[in-house]
Amino acid sequence: MVQSLDRSQGRAGAPAVNGDAAPATFTGNRGLQLEEKLIFEMGQHGRCGVDLPEPVAAKDRLGALRREGEIGLPGLAEPQVVQHYTRLSQKNFAIDSGLYPLGSCTMKHNPRLNEKIARLSGLGDIHPLQPVSTVQGALAVIDTLAHWLKTLTGMPAVAMSPAAGAHGEMCGMMAIAAALEARGEGHRKTVLVPESAHGTNPATAAALGFVVKGIPADSRGRVDVAALKAALGPDVAAIMLTNPNTCGLFENDIREVADAVHAAGGYFYCDGANYNAIVGKVRPGDLGVDCMHINLHKTFSTPHGGGGPGAGPVVLSERLARFAPRPWIVRGENGWDLLEKGIVDDAAPLGRMKAFHGQMGMFTRALAYILSHGADGLRQVAEDAVLNANYVLARLKNDLSPAFDGPCMHECLFDDSFLKDTGITTLDFAKAMIDEGYHPMTMYFPLVVHGALLIEPTETQGKEEIDKFCDTLIDLARRAKSGTATADFKAAPMLAPRRRLDETLAARKPVLRWRPTNREPGDGPLRQAAE
Amino acid sequence: MRYLPLTDADRREMLATIGVRSIDELFRDVPEAARREGPIPDLSMHLGELEVERIFSAYAGANLSPAYTPSFLGAGAYRHHVPAAVDHLIQRGEFLTSYTPYQPEITQGTLQYLFEFQTQVALLTGMDVANASMYDGSTGASEAVLMANRITRRSKAVLSGGLHPHYRAVIETTARWQGFFAIAGAPDVAGTEDLIASIDKDTSCVVVQNPSLFGHVRDLTPLAEACHARGALLIVVVTEIVSLGLVTPPGAMGADIVVCEGQSLGVGLGFGGPYVGLFATRDKFVRQMPGRLVGETVDADGKRGFVLTLSTREQHIRREKATSNICTNAGLCALAFTIHLTLLGEAGFRRLAELNHANASAFAERLAALPGVELVNDTFFNEFTLRLPKPAAPIIELLASQRIMPGVPVSRLIPDDPSVDNLLLVAVTETATEHGMGPAFEALKGVL
Amino acid sequence: MTILKFSDQHEWIRVEGDVGTVGISDYAQQQLGDVVFVELPETGRAVDKGGEIAVVESVKAASDIYAPVSGEIVEVNAALSESPGDVNVDPMGKAWFFRIRLSNTADLDALMDQAAYDAFVATLS
Repeated sequence: MVQSLDRSQGRAGAPAVNGDAAPATFTGNRGLQLEEKLIFEMGQHGRCGVDLPEPVAAKDRLGALRREGEIGLPGLAEPQVVQHYTRLSQKNFAIDSGLYPLGSCTMKHNPRLNEKIARLSGLGDIHPLQPVSTVQGALAVIDTLAHWLKTLTGMPAVAMSPAAGAHGEMCGMMAIAAALEARGEGHRKTVLVPESAHGTNPATAAALGFVVKGIPADSRGRVDVAALKAALGPDVAAIMLTNPNTCGLFENDIREVADAVHAAGGYFYCDGANYNAIVGKVRPGDLGVDCMHINLHKTFSTPHGGGGPGAGPVVLSERLARFAPRPWIVRGENGWDLLEKGIVDDAAPLGRMKAFHGQMGMFTRALAYILSHGADGLRQVAEDAVLNANYVLARLKNDLSPAFDGPCMHECLFDDSFLKDTGITTLDFAKAMIDEGYHPMTMYFPLVVHGALLIEPTETQGKEEIDKFCDTLIDLARRAKSGTATADFKAAPMLAPRRRLDETLAARKPVLRWRPTNREPGDGPLRQAAE
Repeated sequence: MRYLPLTDADRREMLATIGVRSIDELFRDVPEAARREGPIPDLSMHLGELEVERIFSAYAGANLSPAYTPSFLGAGAYRHHVPAAVDHLIQRGEFLTSYTPYQPEITQGTLQYLFEFQTQVALLTGMDVANASMYDGSTGASEAVLMANRITRRSKAVLSGGLHPHYRAVIETTARWQGFFAIAGAPDVAGTEDLIASIDKDTSCVVVQNPSLFGHVRDLTPLAEACHARGALLIVVVTEIVSLGLVTPPGAMGADIVVCEGQSLGVGLGFGGPYVGLFATRDKFVRQMPGRLVGETVDADGKRGFVLTLSTREQHIRREKATSNICTNAGLCALAFTIHLTLLGEAGFRRLAELNHANASAFAERLAALPGVELVNDTFFNEFTLRLPKPAAPIIELLASQRIMPGVPVSRLIPDDPSVDNLLLVAVTETATEHGMGPAFEALKGVL
Repeated sequence: MTILKFSDQHEWIRVEGDVGTVGISDYAQQQLGDVVFVELPETGRAVDKGGEIAVVESVKAASDIYAPVSGEIVEVNAALSESPGDVNVDPMGKAWFFRIRLSNTADLDALMDQAAYDAFVATLS
């Protein structure tokens, strides 16, 4: 969700320090780490990874629009395809590989049962436009998940169709715009967004024509309530507030914030990215929230999948419920119905968010997660996530520099003052973690802390793994401060499938696809051939 | 609880290290009135795998799977055979449980397959460049209109009457709340609409689907030329990606932005999602594109590698000035898509398209011979429209009770227009066999 | 006579007659890091002083460029699209962004001269 803002990441690292580096190999491979060409450099005419029958003879119905010429797709046999993607997979770090403490992203274990369930025949293979009488079980899954999301958050309604967190944000803010319009207060155009917010918040508000006004953080890492109150007025449509916030802290004045926003006639949008810290323990509905999206891949552990697909259901307060987008799932005399047309009661749907009913494959996984954990397990999830993060904070507080006093919630935030005068940046420190076998934490986010390092261990890491991780970070911090290994940090990572990549080159001369004219198979980098 | 490694002894030790006596002390910032004590009402305690599987087997059993019944449903989602290797490979944990490749040194696997995916999408659509995927075709179409508005600095989109009504609704929803105009044509059942007259100096783009909702395959070249002559862009939507194995690609007809639903390859039906949106355009518009992009570069040793690039368009950098609020893509579905297409290759993809077309053509001819049934289309790829002698929806409901699903009634998608009540969309893919077509034919014959 | 002035947004403007050439200062390029792209306005566009007129991007940041004076864009430096890195190498020379015909030369009075700008930059670190 977040990315480095360190300018030095745009440059390749220092040259290799050739001390104990492994010797070069003839192939470029290193043991299990295999160099892999692009499929376009491997394909041959006459190869195919599927066997399909001859088409029956039938009338051509394409008019004059039969595609001419080659498309240019490479031909590979199945074993080559399997090897290709297997080798590519081995260049990835993943939750299944080890501790992945990417703050704000909740890289917790993905139960494999949920994968199995999402693929059950009757769930994974049904068509969205089947007659509703043939999909009663699927509609029941959606409504049951909706029920638990409403129950857990203490909210009366939920819109299930948004495809991801940012899409849910869009849906929620549209609902707020719709409510304002219905009240005849469409002139309220200001949305207050704390400076620590995820970038999606201001991007969403601006896309909907709202004017974004930043609210500073106070010295405790919370929203500055006085500044917030001063910004409230008849022009304010809403506040978008993440809670627990992006510093990993609970906004303890949240009721006061909600009451002040409501008193000023605005709505309270809660970014639910960090809901995993409080699931089963705190209901956002009790905090005065009007709407909140839930990232199913975070709190309910649907797979992150290399960056999606997500799912972003939005829970809505009484005041916003009637604006929920189509389709609506309702329980009628003949079972479940899916209302594509028409409306119930005083509903005023804001429109439609996507072609079909939502990210069903994520719904089945999330519901399986909820049922597997149950009433006891879900609370334990939140408690262990918070315990693990506070334990990391306690273990590291003397060697790294905590940005704020604890306790934290599900993640702990450090600034880069422990690296002061070492010449080593947050980025260098993070890259050194790669060589130690860890995925770096989130860096340079939130923006309110200098050189931020945001660590989220999640509840699915055991104490042994966390201790080893903390020991490693302490060792690295001490080495950084020793001043004896600065060049090593600058050159890191040395042992990953690739060393630091030249992002400046990538952005100055974008090469966004393979082209046959640019090189011979097996050549070096494309751009050298091209320029 | 099988997913939680901490023991009570661990927890006690950790609390001691932190210096608190109980977990509640760590939640002390939560206002007391908002803390929920005790279990969640009505939710059972944690369940084992077997118990959870039983619950879901019951849900699954209450649905009718198209895999086991004659089924010819399309209208934006198509049943195709997905090779076994696809699902095996996407379940490798290194793909499944990785995230957005923020650290390129240890996510070259994701970055390289996305680079290959971008290339495949550009080739299929006949365009210069494609992004690393969108949520689905419908949201991609909406983003395409926003992009056209940015490029042309105009704010009126003209939507074809052959555009999928749900895509139209998504674009109209965006238009309503993001402040532009979307003018939609009447349902183009005959495939003869003339959009050229609708383009004026305020038009940012024309959005047209090919093959259309009703199945027509049209030459869009004159429309593209008319758009360009008036400073507007042509956006072409393709909801059945397999068609591009046989049909002239939008890029060859002058499209400026092409948006496709990629579900047909690798992804499966899944009751409507998650799917994968494909998004391609011309080189000159690349900096106005929404979504993630992967580019090629070199590492510190000069080796080829891949990175996320042109990120300054995106929300995490540009915040309120971003081209879109999109954060994720459809990573794993894009992986399924690209693996399936790699298995197919040039020969397999073309053969797959031929099979679809031939099966559809043969079945259309057979159905059109039923008394009172008219085949609306002259041209189509693997989906066509039948005009039945009576309303389609009740027939489909009736046949569903016989476990036969011959098509999607157009009234399901366009509920308020009696002129489409008798229309039925029928999609025929490579999965169709006589075991399906025969009973569907007989069943339709029996109720007409 | 040539006049060189600076804005507090780190743009420079070099004016000859009623046409000013605009770019970003050496301090600004250092703050940005490696410049990868410059988005330039169309010629003929009229802009008010302080209006957003261009964007300069590094890998991880994008900064708006504000018109230091009101006027009409008469020329842009097309070479920058091929070699945005010039902004890092020669920000005050070869890497100018655009030329603007001033509609009000009095706009210049509010800008800093070299000495004032240097003093301003010195206060920033």
